Amino acid sequence: MLPGSADLAAIWLTLKLASLTTVILLIVGTPIALWLSRTRSWLKGPIGAVVALPLVLPPTVIGFYLLLLLGPNGAMGQLTQSLGLGTLTFSFTGLVIGSVLYSLPFVVQPLQNAFAAIGPRPLEVAATLRAGPWDTFFSVILPLARPGFITGAILGFAHTVGEFGVVLMIGGNIPEKTRVVSTQIYNHVESMEYAQAHWLAGAMLVFSFVVLLALYSSGKARSAWSGA
Amino acid sequence: MRAVSNRFTLTSLAIAFVALSSGTAFADEVQVAVAANFTAPIQAIATDFEKDTGHTLVASFGATGQFYTQIKNGAPFEVFLAADDTTPAKLESENETVKGSRFTYAVGTLALWSAKDGYVDDKGQVLKDGKFEHLSIANPKAAPYGLAATQTLDKLGLTEATKSKIVEGQSIAQAYQFVQTGNAELGFVALSQVFKDGKLTGGSAWIVPANLHEPIKQDAVILNKGKDNAAAKALMDYLKGPKAAAIIKSYGYQL
Repeated sequence: MLPGSADLAAIWLTLKLASLTTVILLIVGTPIALWLSRTRSWLKGPIGAVVALPLVLPPTVIGFYLLLLLGPNGAMGQLTQSLGLGTLTFSFTGLVIGSVLYSLPFVVQPLQNAFAAIGPRPLEVAATLRAGPWDTFFSVILPLARPGFITGAILGFAHTVGEFGVVLMIGGNIPEKTRVVSTQIYNHVESMEYAQAHWLAGAMLVFSFVVLLALYSSGKARSAWSGA
Repeated sequence: MRAVSNRFTLTSLAIAFVALSSGTAFADEVQVAVAANFTAPIQAIATDFEKDTGHTLVASFGATGQFYTQIKNGAPFEVFLAADDTTPAKLESENETVKGSRFTYAVGTLALWSAKDGYVDDKGQVLKDGKFEHLSIANPKAAPYGLAATQTLDKLGLTEATKSKIVEGQSIAQAYQFVQTGNAELGFVALSQVFKDGKLTGGSAWIVPANLHEPIKQDAVILNKGKDNAAAKALMDYLKGPKAAAIIKSYGYQL
């Protein structure tokens, strides 16, 4: 049985969501990871803990708080409404916000490990050569932390593809807007459409395996993830 | 001295054994899968049922379609209180139930509800005016109240007009939650979720006339796992009795 147009739409939406989330996370995650890898501030512990929270929190907790926060009575909902954007629940933008929070540690932690692994020496050398902070970042830090960026991007993307609970709680199952592969599989199972469920679930299994295979076959990327 | 204490131990063991075995003979536990719309009524019924019979009722709540899949895959439920009559009938034809145990325990009422006072008028005109962003319904493929909602929209000729505004919860409980938190201005819910003792518990609602959708006949059935459980049988009898009937009606169901 071949996938229907609803399944293809769900796959396309999932790829779009994961790509956008990964790009945002690389941009937002880099300064956070850089700060966490360098700072001696007492805030390092608390901020690091907040970043790691999505690793241990059930998605239902994130979904529940987002539902209240983004809703018309929540702080974010009030803000977006006053900006004329309406509320963000049941929208693609809402899912992107949820996914960025949900996948944050999967990008920040590999980056943080990669930055820490560079050590102070290359930066001192750059400074003696009168390189400015931007020049140092692009000419020294970025190339040396490349494995961390690759690992972070792969993990952030894959983890967003595997997101389910948050989408279920704030998405509203809208075709082409919030119905992603994981929730579409759930729909098929609930509706007893096992053939379609098998097709999508099998595709997810293969995809996840290939991603992890790529990750574990690349020695550099792996060491950035495990922090070795 | 030792003989005395041994005898004492034996006696207390015997007493404990008798107490335990009589306990299982007269007071059993029954595992019930309950359609989400019936959450509040079954909790009220369970209190009386446990007091009157000494049995214990353990309830799980969810969408009927979801329970079907779980039951087919060996879930430990002994009684199933579904939100429709087709799912229990299907299980019966697949030999998953105790023959002759199936009966209609309630007929559900669909309501268009908003958490805001005065938002929904008593004719449902608000649906036709279409001045809302989101209309919440339960997944029509998995939840009978969701199906009744789409049938109602069809009958009113509003399927196309509301298509882009519909948001789906996986069960009627989630459809209610979207409206309750204000994320959807209004939604089709089970009357039992917003109704108690003859009046709304909050917000505003239109009770959808029964001729706009197929009747939501909710059937109960004893599953194979509950075949030899006295508590399962007792619960079915209790649901047919006057005490349960009064509670069921107080939540806006028909009988």
